[in-house]
Amino acid sequence: MKKEQTPQQPHEMYEGGSKVVYTVNADGKYELSSTTGWEPETIVLSQALEEIDRLSQQALLKVQQGHSSPLEYHMYAQRMDLQMLAAAVGKFQWQVKRHFKPSNFVKLSQKQVTTYAEVLGITDTQLRTIPND
Amino acid sequence: MTKEFIHVPSAHCETGAVSNLLRSYGLEISEPMIFGLGSGLTFAYLKQIKINGLPLIAYRMPPKMIIKLLSWRISGLKFKYETFRSEEQGMLALDSMLANDKAVGLQTSVFFLPYFPQAMRFHFNAHNLVAYAKEGDEYKISDPVFPDLVTTKEDDLQRARFSKGALAPKGLMYYPSEVPKSIDYDHVIPKSIRFLGKMNGRWNPVPISGVHGIRLLAKNILKLEKADQHYAQLFMGHIVRMQEEIGTGGAGFRFIYAAFLQESANILDSSFLHERSSELTNIGDEWRDFAVLCARLSKNRKGQNYSDAAKQLYKIADMELEFYQRLSKFKK
Repeated sequence: MKKEQTPQQPHEMYEGGSKVVYTVNADGKYELSSTTGWEPETIVLSQALEEIDRLSQQALLKVQQGHSSPLEYHMYAQRMDLQMLAAAVGKFQWQVKRHFKPSNFVKLSQKQVTTYAEVLGITDTQLRTIPND
Repeated sequence: MTKEFIHVPSAHCETGAVSNLLRSYGLEISEPMIFGLGSGLTFAYLKQIKINGLPLIAYRMPPKMIIKLLSWRISGLKFKYETFRSEEQGMLALDSMLANDKAVGLQTSVFFLPYFPQAMRFHFNAHNLVAYAKEGDEYKISDPVFPDLVTTKEDDLQRARFSKGALAPKGLMYYPSEVPKSIDYDHVIPKSIRFLGKMNGRWNPVPISGVHGIRLLAKNILKLEKADQHYAQLFMGHIVRMQEEIGTGGAGFRFIYAAFLQESANILDSSFLHERSSELTNIGDEWRDFAVLCARLSKNRKGQNYSDAAKQLYKIADMELEFYQRLSKFKK
């Protein structure tokens, strides 16, 4: 990539940040150039965030209808999936899945709730509830 | 007490952290040089390892591998790695290093680092940064992928160092225990270049890595035509994210390695390496074109099809094969 071709297409997602890439200058020498963003990258980052949003809204609906526990909603809202959450708390996926059942979730010990809350980076109270709209 | 830390922003977190760390220990070595001597460039398509339900696509060697190869090749360079069972001990060990004015590299999770923009905070457990001082309950951090120095609170850093899950850092802290005065470039550069050529080229026995891996991905892209539309779009977006997002220096590390080849060409005064550097720059540009194609497919713009992207990838595979074959025969 030539230095003058370094893309400068900022997006609000980057909060004004930039990063460096290696580019070739006019003398054919490699040097660092700062880039504020590149459209293909912003397209795919928004896509990933939209997908997370879609999954957590879906889960939220299920929780409101009483088909799932807040754990499933917070898992997606905190950008995890079943595989990651299970690995993070050191359980099998089927064990975590069991806690998606509302009747099982309310029976969880305080210790287990804290473990889940910690790996998700939220408080115990947040984990037990869902945001009301 | 705190001496000024010289922070050079870099493209890739691991090599950048090591470069900044070694400079503070008195060894001047650039980021591309570390990437090159550590033979970091590769490609791997790992179907079994899933990230949000999508296969892992890597453009470089796994974390820690680069530092290990580096300290194995350069005589007199040794790194010490420490992980901790107890979070308190891990933080105390860090504090005592900083109190002695010694900077250390840390493995962290991006999700718990508040200075990252919200949109970029994913559960990625293998982010490297350098801590170089502590003031009150705040740590001074040289984060390689940020243009300036940053700070972070004790709680946040502790959480980031002890995040759980795949590639869990377990508080990993590393620093050089022995640093050589100079590096015998004439010896190590040709060695690392030949190794890289063999590892990725025709004689690579691993069917999912190097050029074989690229062809495997191309084959899987062709299959997407018949796959679920939503999944296919996510898959294409995922490829671009693995290739360009945070810390690859552009084109999935191809440009960093080209910069290394150029630096080596100047050190060894080799026209062969100058040619290889521009050859790899061209390959990198093809990867960028490929990313544009993928991003369009992920948005499902009309007039695009998966065979175009696959064709582009087969073209890249052919170019890279030739490139690696030439590297594997490099003699100074």
